[in-house]
Amino acid sequence: MTQEHSILSTIEPELADTIVANRRDIFTRYAKAAGVLTSAPLVLALASNQAFGQGLPQQITDVLNFALTLEYLEAAFYDQGNKSGVIPSEYRSVFRTIGGHETAHVKLLKGVLGSAAVAAPGVDFTAGGKYADVWENFDTFLTLSQTFEDLGVAAYKGQAGNLMGSKEVLTVALQIHSVEARHASEVRRIGLKFGWSGAFDKPMSKSAVLAAATPFLA
Amino acid sequence: MQSARGLSRRHLLKWTGAAGTLAVAGAFLPNFGISAALGAELGDGDIGVLNYAYALEQLEAAFYTQALQNPFGGMQVNDERILVQIRDHEIAHRDFLKGALGRQAIPSLEVDFSAVDFSSRASVLGTADVFENLGVAAYNGAGQLISNPDYLVAAGSIVSVEARHAAAIADLLRPFSAEAAGRGNVDHKGLDKALLPSQVLPKAAPFIVTEVTAATLP
Repeated sequence: MTQEHSILSTIEPELADTIVANRRDIFTRYAKAAGVLTSAPLVLALASNQAFGQGLPQQITDVLNFALTLEYLEAAFYDQGNKSGVIPSEYRSVFRTIGGHETAHVKLLKGVLGSAAVAAPGVDFTAGGKYADVWENFDTFLTLSQTFEDLGVAAYKGQAGNLMGSKEVLTVALQIHSVEARHASEVRRIGLKFGWSGAFDKPMSKSAVLAAATPFLA
Repeated sequence: MQSARGLSRRHLLKWTGAAGTLAVAGAFLPNFGISAALGAELGDGDIGVLNYAYALEQLEAAFYTQALQNPFGGMQVNDERILVQIRDHEIAHRDFLKGALGRQAIPSLEVDFSAVDFSSRASVLGTADVFENLGVAAYNGAGQLISNPDYLVAAGSIVSVEARHAAAIADLLRPFSAEAAGRGNVDHKGLDKALLPSQVLPKAAPFIVTEVTAATLP
């Protein structure tokens, strides 16, 4: 109990309580499945060593670490971007707000995962030189921002089904998912586009998301 | 109680949960002989959740349809282009849900936007802001109530578009502001709101004449 308390101490008490309560429920339900390691994705290989440390089923830990990796990427992108001077003054409050949310998502997910959390990946936002002017050219910065936000929306959506074993974790993921969609819309707007690409957003599989994110992981 | 305020029936809360609030309230209300015939019980389980979403999408679609039939004075091209797209999305959401529900769909709801001043940009966009953010919170809170993973992904495909709308409306109200990136709706943990049907339906009820009941949804 004390361990659980410390693990969840960075998130709201109310939320921590429900996650702890629910964890018992899903632990029982998924105990068998969780005992079997699912194949850890390339980028998240680190996680498999620490699998299950927090008592969350492996399936859920995997999803949360996948999400955390994307959030690390986004948080680092806006952290650097907001310091770089690439953002015109009229858009700074938007990107500061977005960056604050991504940093909060990292903190939240790390808090839920505890010692099972993956470490922050190395990043290269030039993608090996393809976007060499990302910190000087606002159009390039905007392109990457939109890519990361739309990717985040599709990634969370694609994982929702894997979180159905925990109502509380699913709800938190949905509460992040819609924030990423708000970001995506506003970033597109700054790029003089509509905030959407249709009436329905499509989910993406984990492998497709990782393929899109990999060029930015050093 | 609300009935003591002498509000007309159409503005009274007409939603009830399992506690049977409606039956109590109804005893104090004049029966105009219309609403009872138009009552809509959302139903159980996934059907109840889909009908709940269908009710909200009906409300949104009707709102934007009316807003564009009665354009406010000085509607800019940008306002109109965005509102037209949002209207079309809401109609697509409504029709998608109706199709998915088939014969289990609730009837078309009678709406009441008498509280909205359609000649006023602030009133129309302010109402849109309320509806979009309510929609986001409603879908976020309803995800955990869904049993069928396909329905969860479908709901996810809609909710992120609602969040994109919310940001676009916020941007029309305050261009390139922190609010357009989510401030005001996103908390310090970086989370959007998640509300249960029992929290959402009372907020929608002033705009819905038809009695919408949700006997088994939380």
